[in-house]
Amino acid sequence: MMATTHSHPLWAYGLRRHRDPQPGAVALSIEHLKIAYPGQAKLAVDDVSLTIDIGRRVALVGPNGAGKSTLLKSIVGLIQPREGIIRIYGNAVGACHHRTAYLPQRIDLDWRFPMTVKQLVMTGRYVHLGWFKRPSAEDWKIVLESLERLGIRELANSQIGELSGGQQQRTLLARALAQESSLFLLDEPLNAVDEKTREVVDDVLREHALRGGSVFAATHDLVSLEESFDESIHVVDGKIDRVAQYTAKSGVTCLQAPHHCAHGTCP
Amino acid sequence: MNWLLEPLEFGFMRQALLAGILVAITCSALGVFVVLRQMAFMGDAVAHTTLPGLVIAYLNRWNLFFGALIAAIVTAIGIGWLSRRQQLREDTAIGILFSGMFALGIVMISYTNGYRDLTHMLFGNILGVTTSDLIGIILVSIVVLGALLAFGKELILTSVDPLHSQVIGLSAERMRYLLLILLAMTVVTAIQAVGVVLTTALLITPAATASLLTKRMHIMFIYSASVAIAGCVIGLYSSWYLGISCGGAIVLACTSIFGAVFCIRNLAFMRW
Repeated sequence: MMATTHSHPLWAYGLRRHRDPQPGAVALSIEHLKIAYPGQAKLAVDDVSLTIDIGRRVALVGPNGAGKSTLLKSIVGLIQPREGIIRIYGNAVGACHHRTAYLPQRIDLDWRFPMTVKQLVMTGRYVHLGWFKRPSAEDWKIVLESLERLGIRELANSQIGELSGGQQQRTLLARALAQESSLFLLDEPLNAVDEKTREVVDDVLREHALRGGSVFAATHDLVSLEESFDESIHVVDGKIDRVAQYTAKSGVTCLQAPHHCAHGTCP
Repeated sequence: MNWLLEPLEFGFMRQALLAGILVAITCSALGVFVVLRQMAFMGDAVAHTTLPGLVIAYLNRWNLFFGALIAAIVTAIGIGWLSRRQQLREDTAIGILFSGMFALGIVMISYTNGYRDLTHMLFGNILGVTTSDLIGIILVSIVVLGALLAFGKELILTSVDPLHSQVIGLSAERMRYLLLILLAMTVVTAIQAVGVVLTTALLITPAATASLLTKRMHIMFIYSASVAIAGCVIGLYSSWYLGISCGGAIVLACTSIFGAVFCIRNLAFMRW
């Protein structure tokens, strides 16, 4: 598990306690998940079961409308499943939301809103701040470091409305880093971005996994699966079609001190 | 200088000026959110739907302020409820409630004796602001500005990225209701200044002017308040010296400032 500077906020959003990971739990486990949209008989997600281990990068591959976004949204509580169990670090959906970063598709944000890049990245700290608390100098330091990591430090004071697609994507990933979350859920992170952004995103996700984080990314891009991910899960019509492994599962080494580790296997 | 001070020798004029400036600040601050979240139509609707509340309160000799406030909050919640889960599009829900409530108000006016009070409700009567009205305006201003300060970061986040806020347990829906209730309270104070029909102008025009001038949010609040205060002062003085309707004069002053800024901005672009 990654070392973080989490403290429980005095007035947490949604009155939910931030739970610590259950010992020995995997990052994400889903059992027999079924999701249907209201008024539709057909299941958008049909009996999906999967596990994402700590330190793994898993791609969720499939054509448009295969249920990728729906699946990701159910993991962060944006959609209620009809049946099935979702556990994040062994906890129910919502209890570990401070450890879960969700990167929406870029179209889901209102980029015309007057806001600077560093202010948007700062919203990643809000889950640790809660109501009424203002960002501290430490929070701003974390934000600037995240921007640095994504190579967009010089854009800190730019308006979000002036960003290119790739820069928008890097800003969203910087926010996930600033949140210091362990499980990244990304919806089409590499959709229509430039080559440089693709490299930076790849780098950041690789490093994230090495530090004990996990990645679950929806994509319909089949080209770079093997280089960018450890595993891919292919979905068609809401069902898992096949699973491909690119690296051995046991190779994960947790670089953090044992008391931060949720594997239960660290020395 | 004398012409500036002369009107202020009258108590009602001093009270009108104070009330006007407070209303201007509150409206223009909330207006920034209304403009950025594209809720202009909503603001207009809430203003119009206070009419039945005003009339009921008037007929029963209740406090007009609270009559309007209750009607505005009922409307705000009603719109949110009708358009929840996209059963109806929001602008459709607004259109239905807006015209229905306004019609109800007009029908109920048939039960009143005169049209003089109706004119005050529709077009405002800032020169007739009483001390108790003024206290109401001060309280509402404190509540609205305090709420914007306390919940500013959440209001901004739910405007830009409702999905992220939902994921971290911050309900975008509840923040929207909060904004609607603040809107209802603000609109009710604005009605005293410019009336039901023209309230949207105080809400939208200063904030829209500010959005032409800057892309930085906190500066937008300052510009927006400046435009609203200027509009209010210019409007009151022209109403005094030209003998024209106060509400109309205030709104026209704001609109003129907007027009000037818009022209200058576009001329500047053309030169480039």
